[in-house]
Amino acid sequence: MKKNETMVGDDKRDAMNSKSRDGTVIRVTGPVVEAEGMAGSRMYESVRVGKAGLIGEIIILEGDRATIQVYEETTGLVPGEPVIRTYLPLSVELGPGLVGTMYDGIQRPLEEILRRTGDMIERGSSAPALDRTKKYRFYPLAKEGDEVHEGDRLGCVRESVSVNHFIMVPPGMSGTLMSLAKKGEYVVTDTIAVIMSGSEKTPITMIQRWPVRSPRPVRERLDPVEPLITGQRIIDTLFPLARGGTAAIPGPFGSGKTVVQQQLAKWVNADIIIYIGCGERGNEMADVLEQFPTLKDPRTGHALSSRMVLIANTSNMPVAAREASVYTGITLAEYYRDMGYHVALMADSTSRWAEAMREISGRLEEMPGEEGYPAYLSSRLADFYERAGRVSLLGSGGHEGSISVIGAVSPPGGDFSEPVTQNTLRIVKVFWALDADLAYQRHFPAINWLMSYSLYGNMAGQWWEEHVGPDFIRMIQEMMEILQRENELEEIIRLVGPETLPESDRLLLLKAEIIRESYLMQYAFDEFDTYTGPKKQYRMLKSIFSFFERAERALDSGVTVSNIRTLSLIELFARMGSSSPEEEDELFQAIARDMESMKNLKGAF
Amino acid sequence: MDLSSRVYTGVSKVVGPLIVIEGVEGIGYGEIAEISLPGGETRIGQVLETTTTRALVQVFRGTRDLDTEGTKVRFRGEPMKISLSAEMLGRTFDGSAQPIDGGGPVIPECIRDIYGSPINPSAREHPRNSIETGISSIDGMNTLVRGQKLPIFSGAGLPHNLLASQIARQAKVTGQAEKFAVVFAAMGITYEESAFFIREFEESGALERAVLFLNLADDPAIERIITPRLALTTAEFLAFDKGMHVLVVLTDLTNYCEALREIAAAREEVPGRRGYPGYIYTDLASLYERAGRIRGREGSITQIPILTMPDDDITHPVPDLTGYITEGQIVLSRELHRKGIYPPVDVLPCLSRLMQGGIGEGRTRADHAEVKNQLYSAYARGIRLKSLVAVMGEEGLTPLDKVYLRFCDRYESDFIRQASYEDRSFEDTLNLAWDLLSLLPRSELKRISKEYIDSYYHGVEGGECKGP
Repeated sequence: MKKNETMVGDDKRDAMNSKSRDGTVIRVTGPVVEAEGMAGSRMYESVRVGKAGLIGEIIILEGDRATIQVYEETTGLVPGEPVIRTYLPLSVELGPGLVGTMYDGIQRPLEEILRRTGDMIERGSSAPALDRTKKYRFYPLAKEGDEVHEGDRLGCVRESVSVNHFIMVPPGMSGTLMSLAKKGEYVVTDTIAVIMSGSEKTPITMIQRWPVRSPRPVRERLDPVEPLITGQRIIDTLFPLARGGTAAIPGPFGSGKTVVQQQLAKWVNADIIIYIGCGERGNEMADVLEQFPTLKDPRTGHALSSRMVLIANTSNMPVAAREASVYTGITLAEYYRDMGYHVALMADSTSRWAEAMREISGRLEEMPGEEGYPAYLSSRLADFYERAGRVSLLGSGGHEGSISVIGAVSPPGGDFSEPVTQNTLRIVKVFWALDADLAYQRHFPAINWLMSYSLYGNMAGQWWEEHVGPDFIRMIQEMMEILQRENELEEIIRLVGPETLPESDRLLLLKAEIIRESYLMQYAFDEFDTYTGPKKQYRMLKSIFSFFERAERALDSGVTVSNIRTLSLIELFARMGSSSPEEEDELFQAIARDMESMKNLKGAF
Repeated sequence: MDLSSRVYTGVSKVVGPLIVIEGVEGIGYGEIAEISLPGGETRIGQVLETTTTRALVQVFRGTRDLDTEGTKVRFRGEPMKISLSAEMLGRTFDGSAQPIDGGGPVIPECIRDIYGSPINPSAREHPRNSIETGISSIDGMNTLVRGQKLPIFSGAGLPHNLLASQIARQAKVTGQAEKFAVVFAAMGITYEESAFFIREFEESGALERAVLFLNLADDPAIERIITPRLALTTAEFLAFDKGMHVLVVLTDLTNYCEALREIAAAREEVPGRRGYPGYIYTDLASLYERAGRIRGREGSITQIPILTMPDDDITHPVPDLTGYITEGQIVLSRELHRKGIYPPVDVLPCLSRLMQGGIGEGRTRADHAEVKNQLYSAYARGIRLKSLVAVMGEEGLTPLDKVYLRFCDRYESDFIRQASYEDRSFEDTLNLAWDLLSLLPRSELKRISKEYIDSYYHGVEGGECKGP
């Protein structure tokens, strides 16, 4: 794959800016603009539209006419205004300065735009994605005269307190390292290396460009081998996600998609977090912005924002940029993966992205597929999720990296049979179905345990048994059986009432209640309940299951379930999650003591 | 540009609310057109599509009486704007911002584009000041926060107007005297409904701090597309230029969406769900997202959009898409209304997404979040039992189940129900909640920490079901 011609864009783009026009606008309808005089343009080439220089992308070519989707508001655009070509596909800038920054869907840095144009985003605003003035301390990792290949590490800069940023040979390039910068302070546009390939010398800066719609190359794709630990009990134990896996969270509004996504962003054990707010609420993004810098990452002890990139294209920002935001995000994820990091990407919500495609498609008067979505919906979704995965990287280090993708889906009316949910489920391996009924009872996370699934269950189960404790797989299986059986019993109760149930079934209902309320339910806003590490999860499971065994024995010796319900441990179970590390031991001991006292229950008769 | 040269006589096509003008030049997308009828009347329209020779214009007050030959169209060369001034407080305008209260035109302090520009997400301040509405079902369960957009999902014949006016009358941030204003936009509601709001505002003295934009049921439907934008531009001016805390009431969004659908149909666009256009989410977002606070500025915009769900169906596209954009929803229930409970707030599907940051120690009370969770879980259990009882009677229930049923009834009759002029403080609401929670055995309060139970719980140790 030869992509390097797209990499050296800066000079070409500057040359283009001096040119006054290539084509002319002939029709404007919302975000879709037609232009003539565009002969020679390429599909998906990025263009500047009108006097304001609005950013757009070519999506149809016909003769010398091009149809362009414009990433900014087109109000006031007049037929006759110029269109300027950039000769480049829609690309992002990759280099130090990405983490800790919030971008819009086409990688404009929102904080910088705020400084330049004020509280509202005005049309035609632009600013370089990477700060051109900030100096980074560069440490060389190669020597002059080395033969270098695509993906090889040339050097490293400290991007933030949590991230060492490797400067790599861009994909598609190899040769002899003619020169390499010495240890010192450089800005991102400084030439830090020159690579000689044949007779051509190519200067390398810390910035790479990459077209967002093309995946970055890797050496080989690998199977996931370990679970991604999220600290969310229902996810880690029942429906685990793998490092390099894909998951979808569909749910009606108010079922807690965003809270789950944010919880994952906060606690997941990945090195880099990419959070895409695609067509979502501005106030939510403000919340993330205020909250995440103050949140201490439990692993590094540093602020979460020091290893996170935020992409915010809120619902009132231009629709075409919303369509691009998902690609921008995954391209950044691939770049960090190429440095050997484990990246987790959250896209909230992929339905808004699909709707943006539908909106553009409607403006193009394309023949609609299901529910008005374009016929290419499923292939676009597949292309996106396929960019996730655990891979072995280009370059000589033999490094590995991964991207895990978690996509929220917002099905209209909460109906999972709609096209976006269905097409997503055909691709992803983990399905966390959010349930409005659970949300109404304030059972959060409102992940329905009967509908959800994970295809990484076996792999994760083995990992738990190897790394955390034995007996994990059996407990999980039993847990699922109890929940399944509870569902059947509820059907029976609805028909004939609870009084006919035998004691063994009553005990099962009690077990299910404890599992639901003390284990699966987890309060995101509690200081300690918000995250449960694998060790504590295992301890909770063990404690619950040893109670189950004793309760069964007690039942055999004539104790009734209503007797068992009077035990204070049932209340104590509900406090396991929110116990602090200091209280934890005491609590588990109290539960154990109470279990012992179960023997005495018999005396009640 | 010489504007006089931008006058064209004759239109080539009139269909529904749309007209097509041929032979034009240099018309900008979204610019405003003045359409002069042969009879002398002038109407305002907006360019929906423009090419080098042709412009498609939607006419806000309808195309009745237009002819293809004598109609004159003048393009203004700029998008729709509104004149703004602090003097607008206390005034009433029609759906196109023309005064209808007999007063003169607004002398502008500034003129703004009604479509505005999106607020930069990094300029936003996360809303955290809870508003005390004095209504327990909202304050206790789904606290409203300044800068939030919290719609009321209602149905035909339910008292959403009474509730909205009660919120507008009672809303306050405790302990703070701040500049407060109401902006009210009516879209296609009846004369009676609008008269109700005006009377309510008058009686509570809110009218002098209110700006009203009225597009009534017999006003042109297409005008409803600009009415809320005029209102929101006014609200932004009052909030971010004048430092006021503005409550915007928009009613009825279902009518607004009908108007969008009408234009989409006239343009022969590919319809999405139930015939609504595919861009309805984006369009609604461009209204709702204009709520919020901006870092370093005084004021705020809080929105209460009201919409009636056709056939009480919450999955209808209008409530559905609204729910995905707004920060929660207040849902009214026909069943509670039939039981004579006002406000008939069905708390289970209700939600306030910003509540978490607005409650707790120093804001409302430390136990608020846990009390809310416990009330939700207990009420949900009560409702579940009720559906069980409907099938097989109360005989099969355990004593504990019966306590829950009693809790459920008391919750509806004491907590949710209140008079339309009853103003309960956060403290009142939370104390009332503890009275109800004290009906339950102490061991059932699994979602509340021990310290709060110790200080507030006042039931019998085993609750009322100390039985066999």
